[in-house]
Amino acid sequence: MYYLKLVFKNIFRHKLRSLLTLLGLVVAILAFGLLQSVVNAWYAGSDMASARRLVARNAVSLVFPLPIYYRERIRAVDGVTAVGTSNWFGGIYRDMTPANFFAQFAVDHENFFDLYSEFRTRPEELLAWKKDRRGALVGRLLADQYGWRVGDVIPLKGTIYPGTWEFVVRGIYEPRDESTITRQLYFHWDLLNEEIKLKYPRRAEQVGVFVVGIADGSRAAEISQAIDREFRNSLAETLTETEKAFQLSFIAQTETIIAAVRIVSFVVIVIIFAVVANTMAMTARERLAEYATLKTIGFGPAFVGALIIGESLMITALGGAVGILATFPAAAAFKAAMGSFFPVFKVAPETVAMQVACALVVGLLAGLLPSIRAARVKIVDGLRYIG
Amino acid sequence: MSASPGAGTRPIVLITNLAKGYRRGDQHVPVLFDISLSIPEGDFIALMGPSGSGKSTLLNLIAGIDKPDSGELLVDGEDITRLSESELADWRASHVGFIFQFYNLMPVLDAFENVELPLLLTSLSRRERRERVDMALALVGLTDRRDHYPNELSGGQQQRVAIARAFIADPTIIVADEPTGDLDRKSAGEILALLRRLNEEMGKTIIMVTHDWHAVESARHVVHLEKGELVDDKKGADSFSASSATASGKGI
Ligand SMILES: Nc1ncnc2c1ncn2[C@@H]1O[C@H](COP(=O)(O)OP(=O)(O)OP(=O)(O)O)[C@@H](O)[C@H]1O
Ligand SMILES: [Mg+2]
Repeated sequence: MYYLKLVFKNIFRHKLRSLLTLLGLVVAILAFGLLQSVVNAWYAGSDMASARRLVARNAVSLVFPLPIYYRERIRAVDGVTAVGTSNWFGGIYRDMTPANFFAQFAVDHENFFDLYSEFRTRPEELLAWKKDRRGALVGRLLADQYGWRVGDVIPLKGTIYPGTWEFVVRGIYEPRDESTITRQLYFHWDLLNEEIKLKYPRRAEQVGVFVVGIADGSRAAEISQAIDREFRNSLAETLTETEKAFQLSFIAQTETIIAAVRIVSFVVIVIIFAVVANTMAMTARERLAEYATLKTIGFGPAFVGALIIGESLMITALGGAVGILATFPAAAAFKAAMGSFFPVFKVAPETVAMQVACALVVGLLAGLLPSIRAARVKIVDGLRYIG
Repeated sequence: MSASPGAGTRPIVLITNLAKGYRRGDQHVPVLFDISLSIPEGDFIALMGPSGSGKSTLLNLIAGIDKPDSGELLVDGEDITRLSESELADWRASHVGFIFQFYNLMPVLDAFENVELPLLLTSLSRRERRERVDMALALVGLTDRRDHYPNELSGGQQQRVAIARAFIADPTIIVADEPTGDLDRKSAGEILALLRRLNEEMGKTIIMVTHDWHAVESARHVVHLEKGELVDDKKGADSFSASSATASGKGI
């Protein structure tokens, strides 16, 4: 009891110093939590990928397309149930801020949505979209962000395919569950292809990737190899992998950025460790005479050491707790500011666990050296320090 | 044991051929040379001498917060030079009350809690502790200041709290290093009166380092230290013959 009382009262002896240290801790733990959540959000899309879908792309690079006529040959491969095509459109809506960024794909309207059962479409809307060459099918998240309704016209400024493209919203699909991200716009590949045919005939009749439906997820590797074998030594060889692997390879391109974010999140912790360690070293030094007095009275070195470790842990626990609590509203605000650039932006329980661990480790390590020093200092030397 | 309060005949502190030096770099600086001294139970000793003569060093050795290089140091029959660090800590808790020049109270604890500190190392119940602290605070005249913090007390009041803390656990000896060194005349007088009461009414053995001639008047005996050696005392040689003989064991 006395121990806790001493520890607790000691924390607030230098109010300004303690408050600044606490502020640093709150900011550091908060920043750590946010950065970790950014990393998680980055990977969130790949969690949604189905194991029953493969993606076939040009083996050289994703920027090279595949000829559309591959479709029939892929469909003929044993184990394949459906084949869809998809082109990344890359248009700009309103401006280039991350908040206004979303994915647009030109797909084969006839069977593309059969492959994506996680997108819940209304039959009449799906039909209307299939019938309208200029129609767009948009995700619920996207529609809500911009307040789009069926019938609205959406202008997109093409980057890969120049010009302004206008689409009419024909339907809004809903997510099957929480992990489904409904933040895309789909339109007819036929429309894209016709425009290209007029302007750049040599780029026509090509698709970005084939999305391949398979009945048995456990045969994914085998079927992928069979598809790639089919096109070996042809003009455009394919590289087929599961949709999840495809998504991850996409992320891998930005891996260095993610790695940097991850490193920064730990650098923040190292910095706050240095700050707390410095505070504790200063504090313990100033109180050497008090510790020596306690020892003179008969308290042991362990008690004195525990006073410092306890104080250090109590400060980091306090700062850590506030930091963790602040992470949730901060994450919500961050998500709002980013629009739905990160459709899944959550503070994961693992992130909170890491925040707790960081706070505890910082508290323990920062208090360790000053505590050992204070425990060891000879009484006669300690008494000479007049604080 | 002598029944009357005051100096008895049994030595409560018995020092034989004690020596102590400090290391400075790779040089050994001797501070105390071959000190021999016997302090009878119930005595009140004033330890005097010029600055740097080793008074604090000797006091620290007697209080068991520092270790000698050689020699014997018996307190209440026990040679404390043979105790380990942790044994010494336990020994101090039950045998020594220390009064510092600058009071050394815990700033975050109030007067009551400061006095209570040594009792936390005993097996006394919370209630017993409170009763004893209340009595001690009454004795030093600070009952109405029990929940004041050190920075809310005058120097003299702080030193009275420190005195209560020093005797609360009923130690064998009380040591004080210049207890009036930081106080004005009046406060110093109150502190000395308190120490005299502890000695006369409660029979406490007190060893006090001081530069203050008024303080010396409160003591029963004076021991002089010069350049690390004891010299003949100048006060009450008659009543102090037994220990002064030992004190001048080197035949000064
Ligand atoms: N920890 C130490 N390391 C080195 N030298 C020390 C140490 N403590 C004391 N000394 C030296 O020992 C000598 C005696 O010191 P001590 O403090 O015992 O003197 P003192 O008689 O109490 O003096 P004062 O009246 O000024 O308090 C001094 O020369 C001092 O410099
Ligand atoms: Mg001294």
